[in-house]
Amino acid sequence: MARLVLQRLALLIPTLLGLSILLFLWVRALPGGPATALLGERATPEAVANINRLYGFDKPLLEQYLTWLGQLVTGNFGVSTRTGVPVLEEFLGRFPATIELTVVALVIAVGVGIPLGYLAARHQGRALDHTTVVASLLGVTIPVFFLAFLLKYAFAVELGWFPSAGRQDPTIVATHPTGFYVLDGLLTREWDASWDALKHLFLPALALGSIPLAIIARITRASVIEVQGADYVRTARAKGLRPPRLRRRVVLRNAMLPVATTIGLQVGLLLSGAVLTETVFAFNGIGSFLAEAIFSLDYAVLQGFILFVAVVYALANLAVDVSYGLIDPRMRVR
Amino acid sequence: MTSRAVPSAAAAGAQPTPLLSLRDVEVTFTTEAGPATAVRGASFDVLPGETVAIVGESGSGKSTTAAAVIGLLAENGRVTGGRIVFDGQELTAQGAGTTSRLRGSDIGLVPQDPMSNLNPVMRVGAQIVEALEDNGVARGAAARTRAVELLEEAGLPDAARRAQQYPHEFSGGMRQRALIAMGLACRPRLLIADEPTSALDVTVQRTILDRLDELTDELGTAVLLITHDLGLAAERADRIVVMYRGEVVETGPALEILRSPQHEYTRRLLAAAPSLASRRIQLAKQHGADTEAAADLVAMTGGHDGPVGATRAAPVADQPVALDVPDHIVEVSHVTKVFSLRGKGLFSRGTDFTAVDDVSFAIPRGTTVAIVGESGSGKSTVARMMLDLLPATSGEIRFDGEPVGGADRAAQVRFRRRVQPIFQDPYASLDPLYTVYRTIEEPLKAHGSGSAAERRDRIHALMADVALPPSLLRRYPAELSGGQRQRVAIARALALDPDLVVCDEAVSALDVIVQSQILHLLAELQHRRGLSYLFISHDLAVVRQIADHVCVMESGRIVEQGAADDVFDHPQQEYTRMLIDAIPGAGLELGLAG
Repeated sequence: MARLVLQRLALLIPTLLGLSILLFLWVRALPGGPATALLGERATPEAVANINRLYGFDKPLLEQYLTWLGQLVTGNFGVSTRTGVPVLEEFLGRFPATIELTVVALVIAVGVGIPLGYLAARHQGRALDHTTVVASLLGVTIPVFFLAFLLKYAFAVELGWFPSAGRQDPTIVATHPTGFYVLDGLLTREWDASWDALKHLFLPALALGSIPLAIIARITRASVIEVQGADYVRTARAKGLRPPRLRRRVVLRNAMLPVATTIGLQVGLLLSGAVLTETVFAFNGIGSFLAEAIFSLDYAVLQGFILFVAVVYALANLAVDVSYGLIDPRMRVR
Repeated sequence: MTSRAVPSAAAAGAQPTPLLSLRDVEVTFTTEAGPATAVRGASFDVLPGETVAIVGESGSGKSTTAAAVIGLLAENGRVTGGRIVFDGQELTAQGAGTTSRLRGSDIGLVPQDPMSNLNPVMRVGAQIVEALEDNGVARGAAARTRAVELLEEAGLPDAARRAQQYPHEFSGGMRQRALIAMGLACRPRLLIADEPTSALDVTVQRTILDRLDELTDELGTAVLLITHDLGLAAERADRIVVMYRGEVVETGPALEILRSPQHEYTRRLLAAAPSLASRRIQLAKQHGADTEAAADLVAMTGGHDGPVGATRAAPVADQPVALDVPDHIVEVSHVTKVFSLRGKGLFSRGTDFTAVDDVSFAIPRGTTVAIVGESGSGKSTVARMMLDLLPATSGEIRFDGEPVGGADRAAQVRFRRRVQPIFQDPYASLDPLYTVYRTIEEPLKAHGSGSAAERRDRIHALMADVALPPSLLRRYPAELSGGQRQRVAIARALALDPDLVVCDEAVSALDVIVQSQILHLLAELQHRRGLSYLFISHDLAVVRQIADHVCVMESGRIVEQGAADDVFDHPQQEYTRMLIDAIPGAGLELGLAG
């Protein structure tokens, strides 16, 4: 197991190196440049040249790349051209918000998706099953940002059940030792702050989790149906196993194998969906900041943030691979 | 229905109360095409401690009957008529409740395929523990100790360590032992054994059935044995129930059924059973008859127009010179195949595994050479090297004088045309998206023989050769039976008029009657076309019926080879003797009259 983890971590290095080249070229291929985006109407040729000189954008591409790479190795991710704050600082300040959002979205997706898929499979061909299949199809088809707008309009604007934007009500003054607002409230015993943060999380997390939820429900359903017909399930019944044990230990555990893989793949979907959802709900995470960075052609932020996200994605998939070995002994690497 | 169960039991005097009793049981499946009755009017009894075998081909309803008893019919299946009574309790009227209470504790099951019947994500020991716990036999540490005892009892060596392993770390035989331990874990009074060993090698099959016999005798467990092999049934069961197309056509004491079958189908089954057919050849010889007479006998009892033994003798008779001047279509000399297995550690070097070790044999033109051995013996690797699908590590295979596996592209194409394979699984070896016509046409097209019209005529002729009606040409493999598929596979193999056909377990997946038909077809085609066969099989009984020359392989080596009769009648090696003894029905007293 340790060997698998080490191997995969080692593989991460060439992957990130390749990604860094692609990223570097991609941001520079965007029309315009950080100087024009920054200066706007005041963009005189001299001012542009000045800014380019300041950030080193006037140097040859190869030199720029190598400088950036050299800085990366020492943990220096550069400075945002838009805010003037170091990229690492910007990232660490916003990342907890995105983590909180994606974790809650994943909890909703897994917590609702698996039971829903399982129940649909057990009632295969009946109303509950058909409803689930149709609803999950809808869930996959509706774009995240559209659903986010719908939810916001219905539950925040019209009904007023949930706040419509932000992470915390401005009237609440709370301390944030970790940056995870829900956790912070629990740690500092400011229950109202924690509850308020949860309410702010709910709608964006629901919008973000909708597609993974639908996919997980569908995969669970298909997988449970397949496992229910397996020979070893019949044999387990012949052994006289009671239904609860049969469902939990035999059917569900075997059915979870493909679901685990799916969940790992959803992490990428969640991170990319976060950009849209955070923008709609003015949720101050890396997604909304990344969206702004694109408009202002903030090279350092784009490069740095996307590399971070890639690392998170790779680690999440590694975690899934490890969990796969825990669920399925045949996958264990000896 | 010809039933002799009642008179014979009455003659035995006071009749004990049956443990299991079926009366006019009918099982219906609801399908898209409407209700389909799989079992009709099935009636038979199983007495306490008795072994009863249900024998029939696939689709005869034997497994469905067993599933009805244990209440594990597929979801669309229901018992729609008759009564099933177990130990005085009506199972059909009270519905699922009673049956599910009896499952595991009073009625055990040993399923058919050891590969797919264990929970892959759970330790083997734990799978027995859960049965013990849910049936209230033992729990916790006591259950774990008991599980190890049960595995030991089922003949699993090193049971304490094995109980901690997962199914994928077990061989097929070990898995089947684990399943037997599970089936008997709660000491049921009835054990349903559904083809418990048909997926295993003959020698493993024998030791496992022996162990099962001993155990059920010791415990006084009644056994309902489901099998397609009449020889096996006769050897293991007290009484036999023969099923055909959902109906019980005959029941009676095992030996009586074997000696004087009443129903036409039982007679056919008897004639086709490979274990019995090969036994019959042997018996005929012991009675002083010569080979020719034995062959005639097989032909007679088999009731087919293409007697295997007779055609077998024919090519020799046609070519008397063959004995003096060896005309070998294939010469395999000192062939070795080494596979390198990947090392486990990051820096450890891989280990070498010798699958085929210094193997030499020859196939005289127009004859059948069989390679028999258990799984892992290397016989299939030989077949793949013969087909030039795998290069030999050392040694040489010559086909018609030319070495196989040369770089010459044209020679390779010629070779591919002259050597054709027939594989084991007719379900997997035909393209499901090709019609029969296209399947047979494919090799003709690939080798560019003839115009479309010529190909059409050729395909029709081939269909006639393999005795299939031309109406099947538009069908897809899914719409054919197993036997029909294998006939299509043969037609495809013969399309290019090959000289050598490599049959890799070509009849192993088929029912006995279909198996015997295909064997006859192969023999007849050999006779008509002068084909040579390399016949790979694990089934000695089948080999005995078709082979002229037999090579016995064990762990990559040929341990014995010679003329089929010599090898079977006077085996020189202990291993060969063991294989022959393991054929079910070998120890039966068999009437010659059939």
